[in-house]
Amino acid sequence: MLMLTCPHCGVTAEETEFAPGGQAHLKRQGPGSSDDDFEAYLFARANPRGVHLERWRHAFGCGKWFHAARCTVTLEVFGTYPARTAGPPAELRAAIAARRPGWPEGGR
Amino acid sequence: MARADIATEGAGPAGFASVAGAGPRGMVTLRGDLTSPVLARAVAAVTGTGVPARRRIEVAGDRAVAWMSPDELLVLVPRAEAGAAVAALEQALAGEHHLAADVSDARAAFTIRGPGAQGVLMKLCPVDFATLAEGEIRRSRAGQVAAAVWRSGADEFTLVSFRSVAGYVIALLEFSARPGAEPFPA
Amino acid sequence: MSFRLGHGGRLIDRARPLGFSFDGRRMTGFAGDTLAAALLGAGETLMGRSFKYHRPRGAVAAGVEEPNALMGIGSGPQAEPNARATVVELAEGLEATSQNRWPNLALDIGQLTGLGARLMPAGFYYKTFIHPRAAWKHVFEPVIRRAAGLGRAPRGPDPDRYEQLYAFADVVVAGGGVAGLHAARLAAEAGRRVIVFEQAAHWGGRAPVEGEPVGGLPADAWVAAQLADLAARPNVTLRARATVFGLHDHGYLLAEERCGEGGGTGPRRRLWRVRAGLTVVACGAFERPLPFAGNDRPGVMLAAAVRDYLVNWAVAPGRAVAVVTGCDDAYRTAMALAGAGVRVPVVADLRPGGGGALAARARAMGLRVADGACIARVLGGRSVTGVVLAPADGDGSGGEEIACDAVAMSGGWSPAVHLWSQPGGGLAWDADRGLFRPDPARAPTGADGRPMAVAVGAAAGELALDAALADADRALRAVLGLPAGAPPVTAATAEAPPRTAAMLPARAGHRLRAKAFLDFQNDVKVSDIELAAREGYVSVEHAKRYTTLGMATDQGKLSNVAGIAVLAEARGTPVPEVGTTTFRPPFVPVTIGGLAGEASGPLFQPVRMTPLHGWHAARGAVWEPVGLWRRAYAYPATGERTADAVAREVLAVRGRVGLLDASTLGKILVRGPDAGRFLDMLYVGMMSTLPVGRCRYGVMCNEQGFVTDDGVVARLGSETFLCHTTTGGADRIHGWMEEWLQTEWWDWKVWTLNLTEQFAQIAVAGPKARVLLERLGGMDVSREAQPFMRWAEGRLSGIAARVFRISFSGELSFEIAVAASDGPALWERLMAEGADLGVTPYGTEAMHVLRAEKGYIIVGDETDGTVTPRDLGLERMIASGKADFIGRRGMERAHLVDPGRWRLVGLAAEDGAVLPEGAYAATDARNANGQRVTEGRVTSSYFSPTLKCGIALGLVRRGPERMGEVLAFPAAGGRVLKARIVEPVFHDKDGARLNG
Repeated sequence: MLMLTCPHCGVTAEETEFAPGGQAHLKRQGPGSSDDDFEAYLFARANPRGVHLERWRHAFGCGKWFHAARCTVTLEVFGTYPARTAGPPAELRAAIAARRPGWPEGGR
Repeated sequence: MARADIATEGAGPAGFASVAGAGPRGMVTLRGDLTSPVLARAVAAVTGTGVPARRRIEVAGDRAVAWMSPDELLVLVPRAEAGAAVAALEQALAGEHHLAADVSDARAAFTIRGPGAQGVLMKLCPVDFATLAEGEIRRSRAGQVAAAVWRSGADEFTLVSFRSVAGYVIALLEFSARPGAEPFPA
Repeated sequence: MSFRLGHGGRLIDRARPLGFSFDGRRMTGFAGDTLAAALLGAGETLMGRSFKYHRPRGAVAAGVEEPNALMGIGSGPQAEPNARATVVELAEGLEATSQNRWPNLALDIGQLTGLGARLMPAGFYYKTFIHPRAAWKHVFEPVIRRAAGLGRAPRGPDPDRYEQLYAFADVVVAGGGVAGLHAARLAAEAGRRVIVFEQAAHWGGRAPVEGEPVGGLPADAWVAAQLADLAARPNVTLRARATVFGLHDHGYLLAEERCGEGGGTGPRRRLWRVRAGLTVVACGAFERPLPFAGNDRPGVMLAAAVRDYLVNWAVAPGRAVAVVTGCDDAYRTAMALAGAGVRVPVVADLRPGGGGALAARARAMGLRVADGACIARVLGGRSVTGVVLAPADGDGSGGEEIACDAVAMSGGWSPAVHLWSQPGGGLAWDADRGLFRPDPARAPTGADGRPMAVAVGAAAGELALDAALADADRALRAVLGLPAGAPPVTAATAEAPPRTAAMLPARAGHRLRAKAFLDFQNDVKVSDIELAAREGYVSVEHAKRYTTLGMATDQGKLSNVAGIAVLAEARGTPVPEVGTTTFRPPFVPVTIGGLAGEASGPLFQPVRMTPLHGWHAARGAVWEPVGLWRRAYAYPATGERTADAVAREVLAVRGRVGLLDASTLGKILVRGPDAGRFLDMLYVGMMSTLPVGRCRYGVMCNEQGFVTDDGVVARLGSETFLCHTTTGGADRIHGWMEEWLQTEWWDWKVWTLNLTEQFAQIAVAGPKARVLLERLGGMDVSREAQPFMRWAEGRLSGIAARVFRISFSGELSFEIAVAASDGPALWERLMAEGADLGVTPYGTEAMHVLRAEKGYIIVGDETDGTVTPRDLGLERMIASGKADFIGRRGMERAHLVDPGRWRLVGLAAEDGAVLPEGAYAATDARNANGQRVTEGRVTSSYFSPTLKCGIALGLVRRGPERMGEVLAFPAAGGRVLKARIVEPVFHDKDGARLNG
């Protein structure tokens, strides 16, 4: 069972306090989107063996959504960051790359 | 479990810590920009305290303000003053994007008291109480329901849950505090 | 035959005899005994029967690894099956029952299968019972299940209490032996928060048994001194009788504490849920049996276990004990036995060169030591009568018969690496010591990617006392960043390298191999592993599943390495290439009660109660669980059938006035300059245009375009809306709103708040509803002042209220929201004022019937996650002018605009019957699989007291285009029910009553 740190309230808590929300940084496809784009938005999800950016909600805490960068193999958590962003912050990207050289291209 | 009207007051059977409903509390949820000076003045006018820092609860006599999330406070006042508190906040925050609502009847408060109080909560909440500072509020869960807990005195904790599960929560607390179940016997 | 020595026994108190029973026979042991020690002390070596062949078995070990001595403890609902007698603490009056035998332990009919053991090799069941299939179900399985099986689960609810405890520590030490205690001491002195768990009732592990001094003190005294020091430190928690059984991701560690054996108010078990920064695996090591024919006979025991029984409990396994070993440690047993006056006729040492210093000491004591020798087979049946001594590398022929009544064996040691391996720690094969040990370079890692465990002492493969302490000292100092220091002083003993063996003697034929057991509980023999290898199960994981090696309740603690050695030899590959099977939690069996913790009985699940729950309960309401809520289903009067109560309640609403507790409906406050825009995105209809003071029904979809919730939205102010949701949807929809606001439209100025529990909400429905509210007084609820779909605030009977003029029954109806604490008072006032009007409380079933009569849908009945608003005939709800809303793009998908979709209709059974809910309408056509093609299904079905016949709602292919057609619904028993497609509104089609 994971331990995660909510970037909003700063609490480090066990997984039972959180609700998972799947892959992070999906771009919403609304009216006018192509069938392929809409299908990918609804159904296509990354399933990497390695670094994964994923959504969590601090459901039993402050109620806020955040993202976690986590290795799906070792379960190492490289960091968490608020959901109100289109991608991980630069420091976190650097931290991940330091631990997983080559990421995001082919790096695990 | 037919204890719908636990009414959040009164003491349970004697355990190794005392657990009881804390009685009616006036509670107001305030959502808004917690960095706003207007909001700070509004809160101070109602409670006499400043806006609490992250995960802090500021107490002034029978009033308090707890930080619930980056944009939400829980204002605690005497039960009879909850409506007035909402009105006062509404008035002070007119023109500011905010939400203030009386939630006194949507919450229940409990007091866990005695040298074994922490041991009672350790059975229910996945919280490291040894690191829970004085004046810190921790939102978590107690058993299977959401709860917020803070140290409200020497060897005393206050726990707030939703009203509909008050019967479950007091039963949890009484079960955990029953004599003979001390996790750390003296 | 085993017996109790006249003196000694470091753990027993001879002044406190304890009476107990075994299979109904009264026996006596001493305080401090384990059940196994007491039985052996009373001369009972036969303790159980094996799982497959029902062979007689006695205790082979003295600890948690015991595979044989499994017993039922106690009786009635507190009975515990499959308890290992080697860890059960003896208590006055304890009742133990042997298992897996019939009619009794000594005379077991199932042992007949043992006579045919050659007919039941590995994979026997797989091969034999494949055909015919019916025979397996009706003949083989019932017979086998009766003969086999471990203990029986107790019947009746468990009266004991269980609980859990969340704990946090920088360092958790699993194992209170000398290495663990030294590690704990170092961590404690460094100021870390430390928890030490010891599975036994006593501390110190094996060191006090061996008796070698530690730190200049007798081992017992050193252990006591460490405990005293640790206990006095505020940063240390010590728990004996607490077994760490799992180490999981991110240092999540589970331990089961045995607090008592039932009765009293305290818990029987306490499950510790610990977050450990670092776990020190100090679990010691398990001795391995040796594979020789008859190694499973009662009286054949692990050499160190023999020493444990001798030293700890003053119990000897026999009068003459033969010792067979591949390592030096068993010489300690031989010398301890001899020192206690037990005859040791021979020590057979597999190693051609024999042992080291300990062997020399044994010889000096005058013991006969045979180098390069082994036991070729054990003589005797239910007990040992002798052994055949033969060269270890021979084929077992010839040999010398030696009389004895017990055997002590040692096939070397296996570190208890389970906690290291469970979370992914790697193992290395140590060829010199013949064991798998934790590989520090492949430690399990935690949330930060760094090692979260360290193995020390025997668990790290350092079996000797001095090496174990030195290892614990070095490892802890390194991981804690402490300066180098010195471990407690101990004497060093040089031991000769051990030898492992796949079979003894090495060139033994099949007959002996088929009696040489590896897995005692599951009866897996050397020959079974060899057969598996021959048949191509060369992967250790496959061989395990084919033979069931290591799959018993002991999870291969004794058998794993021995089985791997056999497989390696059969494949002709080195042991490390075979590898180990996966180590999975739990390390030892744990009680379900502990895992459930407090969550049983009344605390099984929280029950959410409305403010009016007490009133419903007092009126004898029948409950309906809706999510975690309990809602009143109906209020049967004394002697009234529930169905009759429902009908009465429906007719009361249609004819007079009824009250419904609608408090569970979700109530979400949405406020801000962008609130209207936000709700326009959430609902398929327009909400931003709703005037203040008005209500509007809304439907929500997910991105796929499928309906997820519905309810009435009231505009409370220019920037404020109150969204009602379904009972089950309140938390989900509030979360849905927050998700969009936080993760997609985070620049929109909208606040939400779930106010569901703040209010009691009471529906007052029926032609007399207005009259009743007027009697309460305080608000103008006239048709003119408050027409349909309006709300107003005021005081009703002095109670602050918000009154919504909305209806879910089709009748003139108001829903009144008041503060939850005012709910009971308002309800009582309504009941009192309405008494002469015939006011009737009605429950959820009447509510359902009323809404079905009007064709109103229920999310979750008419919808199942694949139903669109158009399917429900709600296309008029979809705002055509909106560029976007959640679900709009999804609804444009080809399949969702297919005119052949199933759509909502009413269904009227031809004979007025009530159709079964969920029934499918079938056509005569067949699909590619030969199944009948379906064309619709019943989503709701009730008896309508209003219409005096059955009514149903359903989804039917092109339904609205097929009014009047008759559908066929095949039902149970071969019947076919016929129902006509009708309009979904059965009652008051023009809505005159609604607007009354």
